[in-house]
Amino acid sequence: MSARLRILSAGPGVTLQDEGRRGFLRYGVTPAGPMDADSFLAATRAAGASAAIEVSLGGVEIAAEEGEIGLAVCGGNFDVRLDGRPLPGACALTLAPGARLALRAGPSGAWAYVAPLGRFDLPMILGSLATHTRSGLGGLEGRALAAGDALGVLEPRVGPGEPMALHAPWLGAASQEFRILFGPQQNHFANETLAKFLASPWRLSARSDRMAYRLEGPKLAHRSGHDIVSDGLAMGAIQIPGDGAPLVLMADRQPTGGYPKIAHVIGADLAALAQMRPGEELRFAAVSLEEAVAARRARARALAEGLRLEPITPELTSELLLERNLVGGVVGDFNLPE
Amino acid sequence: MTSYATPRFLDAGEAALTIEFGDSVDAQINARVLALDARLRHAAPQGLIETLPTYRALLVCYEPLILSRERLVEIVGAQLAEPPLPAAAAAQARWRLPCCYEAPCGEDFAEAAASLGLTPARFVELHAGADYRAYMYGFAPGWCYLGGLPTELALPRRATPRTPTPPGAVLIGGGLALVASNPMPTGWYVVGRTPERLFSPQREPPLFIAPGDLLRFEPVDIESFRALEARAAKGERLAVREGA
Repeated sequence: MSARLRILSAGPGVTLQDEGRRGFLRYGVTPAGPMDADSFLAATRAAGASAAIEVSLGGVEIAAEEGEIGLAVCGGNFDVRLDGRPLPGACALTLAPGARLALRAGPSGAWAYVAPLGRFDLPMILGSLATHTRSGLGGLEGRALAAGDALGVLEPRVGPGEPMALHAPWLGAASQEFRILFGPQQNHFANETLAKFLASPWRLSARSDRMAYRLEGPKLAHRSGHDIVSDGLAMGAIQIPGDGAPLVLMADRQPTGGYPKIAHVIGADLAALAQMRPGEELRFAAVSLEEAVAARRARARALAEGLRLEPITPELTSELLLERNLVGGVVGDFNLPE
Repeated sequence: MTSYATPRFLDAGEAALTIEFGDSVDAQINARVLALDARLRHAAPQGLIETLPTYRALLVCYEPLILSRERLVEIVGAQLAEPPLPAAAAAQARWRLPCCYEAPCGEDFAEAAASLGLTPARFVELHAGADYRAYMYGFAPGWCYLGGLPTELALPRRATPRTPTPPGAVLIGGGLALVASNPMPTGWYVVGRTPERLFSPQREPPLFIAPGDLLRFEPVDIESFRALEARAAKGERLAVREGA
């Protein structure tokens, strides 16, 4: 049995992602994968899937063809509508042929995920479906999704008959402060520069994308030159190139780079950072390795708690759900079957 | 050139550790990086996610909730005390890779030769006469950075990147050489093209030149290039592996 998801419209930068490509960094292959792994995990776990459509601020409209398909949606406080009816930004539903699911940028957040109850009928490239458009790998023909594209879904299952709100305990509140670990090249900067990096508010540049988030603020000067012998780059690395404007390297980063890395955003804060929008302000706070590991452990514990689906009361809209933090009026909590 | 007697352990966030062996592009430093890479992959401690060897450092991606930093450093220390894996040295291969310097392949050949004050024949003689060492991949899939470029061919990188490279670009820049697969904009000079597909996700293995391998370029004219390219398109591997 199979069904299809038809992309009726898609803004730029809507791609198919799974957890990312592992094991090929040594050959120059970028992992790609979701920008916001926390929301991605909420959507895919709710759907029992391994891949999802990552929706950018450009939004997307999707229809089902051939048969019904269950979908789980989560991330970025998007405006989500099923045939015009507003749904919570995190929800599970069944898309029947002829119905239309629309995601548009909401009041905040930058990325949302739509995971099918089933698996995409697409070839794995180097063990992964993750799209990396710069190298043309993965997803649908290595490119972003566009109007008219059809995505086959194998072994599709239906979701709840009535849309339900999705609650994942690991999804934190939006944040403007992100924890960092200094290094590995903090000695390329004077102490005053490190202090300035922490003290300044930074603004996310419009020239930000899946590869890197550019930050606008004071210029950070290098002590002596801005070239290092190229080495490996982890997600969340903060490079300071020659122009002194920090670049936070994200999911589509190149595997190696030759600029000094002043610091790294800790793993537990990467998802919230990814959800920042161009123009928004943010700050950094330095933590120790122990604090970074403790934050990682707290996230892992929350991930182990599982998901809840909750009925949506008729008057609830995305905005109301946001105010109530998705927990008001819970009737029957249950874990979704895998 | 500084090669550190004991490597430096530098955190790249809480889930990656940069292990630095020196501060420059040097075959001996790189050999130490690759030896540790081989040992760690062989030891495969639980919680080790992936390693990425580069010129002078090994990036070790790990899950700190399974493998603590302290334990990882201990394991690395123990591995460094061991002799290199005999298999690692034997695995070093020697490749001959066809390269066409003629137009339209060597898009920046004339410009590079003129900047260096070399005749085209002398340029090819130098470039194809050198033994290169694959140091690392980086930047993009199948972009293999090579050491061993003759000093006469050292040319600074362009201030602003050129248009995307053709597939199989053979490049020079900043005193280094590079053979690339996927087209990307770059500040380096395209001096030739290889018809070989260095990176082909559908082929197993998708890449065959490993960091630490040695290679030479074998000049071919444009007719041979086209014929070889047609064979590569059918999935044939053109690079010739010489004895280890």
